[in-house]
Amino acid sequence: MNTAVMTASAERSNAPKKPIYLDYQATTPMDPRVLDAMMPYFTEKFGNPHSRNHEFGWEAEEAVETARRQIAEVIAADEREIVFTSGATESNNLAIAGVAHFYKDQRDHIVTLATEHKCVLDTCRHLEQEGFKVTYLPVKQDGLVDLAELEKAITEKTVLVSVMAANNEIGVIQPLAEIGALCRAKGAFFHTDCAQAYGKIPLDVDAMKIDLMSISGHKIYGPKGIGALFVRRKPRVRLQAMIHGGGQERGMRSGTLPTPLCVGLGKAAEIAKNEMAAESARLLKLRDRFMKAINGKLPEVFLNGDLTHRLPGNLNLSFAYVEGEGLMMGIKDLCVSSGSACTSASLEPSYVLRALGVEEELAHTSLRIGFGRFTTEAEVDYAAERIIEAVSKLRSMSPLWEMAQEGIDIKSIQWAAH
Amino acid sequence: MAYSEKLIDHFEHPRNVGALDKNDPGVGTGLVGAPACGDVMKLQIKVNAEGIIEDAKFKTFGCGSAIASSSLVTEWVKGKTVDEAATIKNTDIAKHLALPPVKIHCSVLAEDAIKAAIEDYRKKRA
Repeated sequence: MNTAVMTASAERSNAPKKPIYLDYQATTPMDPRVLDAMMPYFTEKFGNPHSRNHEFGWEAEEAVETARRQIAEVIAADEREIVFTSGATESNNLAIAGVAHFYKDQRDHIVTLATEHKCVLDTCRHLEQEGFKVTYLPVKQDGLVDLAELEKAITEKTVLVSVMAANNEIGVIQPLAEIGALCRAKGAFFHTDCAQAYGKIPLDVDAMKIDLMSISGHKIYGPKGIGALFVRRKPRVRLQAMIHGGGQERGMRSGTLPTPLCVGLGKAAEIAKNEMAAESARLLKLRDRFMKAINGKLPEVFLNGDLTHRLPGNLNLSFAYVEGEGLMMGIKDLCVSSGSACTSASLEPSYVLRALGVEEELAHTSLRIGFGRFTTEAEVDYAAERIIEAVSKLRSMSPLWEMAQEGIDIKSIQWAAH
Repeated sequence: MAYSEKLIDHFEHPRNVGALDKNDPGVGTGLVGAPACGDVMKLQIKVNAEGIIEDAKFKTFGCGSAIASSSLVTEWVKGKTVDEAATIKNTDIAKHLALPPVKIHCSVLAEDAIKAAIEDYRKKRA
């Protein structure tokens, strides 16, 4: 081998492969161990888990029940409390609408947060049209719920409080145990959307007095198209089913279970549980390394949401004076997402950032950067370098940056909104 | 969203980034858009004694399409008379860069920026 070839291959091994995926809150790649566990259930072990009369059915049923146990163990639940669904959106719909409908003669009020995922907010809006009352609580500047406000909002008519564990945009972790205690004291059920938190942070349904919990497969290196809903048995939570049919999942969700997907979710849950502590520590280290690099080179970068009560793999940063989508175009070998209006169909910037009181001009400059299981140190270093470079270049051509350097207060200008 | 090669070229190699002396009587400055809406363009033209735009500079806070639109118009206005520059239409900008429908407002803003710069220049001359 000649020197030139050796140098080229050495360079190749050090440089991270591009594009670099830094959007782990959107979705995650499947862990190869999960895929391995699933494979036999597509072909030779294809039985219907509800077939009670033959070997193929028994084999599939056993696999599904093992998965159910693996999923329950992550949150210290009983496997009989796990209902398989198509994903966290269905779980959230089933939990909120299902409970509201079942108890509607006794209680008709729901409390949730302004920063919840769209599928929670939209379900609540839908229930409002049916006559339910919904309180959308604001959050504090750090993205966390004000417990005193929450306590005030829960009345004897409140059937359900739905508060997410970790936010999908800003990663902040709500005080679940405190919320659970408030709900239990007032006789309201506590539902938490754990699509982002399950398998990432310690969760205990008894210690946190959680009555319903939504779980997603594809956020934890499992397959897309599968999720679960934890439904407490003691004291029992009842819900009205949305999908009717053969009465599977104890009547709460009919339909033949997708055995390979169930197995995948189970395996993903097991891996997440076993590796949670080590993986959290590793991600925190990567995040700190990234922030240190950014803060060392770029002034006026603002973190959205609390830093300590936060998923270890999440950052949401506003790079003042640089518009988010323009920035994303400038770092096209990095896959991140933006809170800027330009990347969404609506013309409004992120409603989550707005709920934190982040001003619109700063909301337009935000990026969500998500690190995960397959993120390497070399990728983090490269990403920081590219972002520093792009932000510096775009600031040098930003009229707002120029004004800021000249000491002109941007708020003093009469802007013509368009 | 797939952008055209021309758009990407203007975004990655923007022409005429910078500033002209806004107090120069031959310089017209246009500042349009709003930070809260996610785009602000500053376009400046320098007009010589013959009424020809001999230089143009821009700075833009915005998405790639906004940056490309403003870069493009600085190229287009150079060498034109003020009256000729005033006839540049957003539809020409949108067509040249093949802007997707959701980005048409970027070309509108670029047209507004030219008009604002010309208006400022004329005010100074009046």
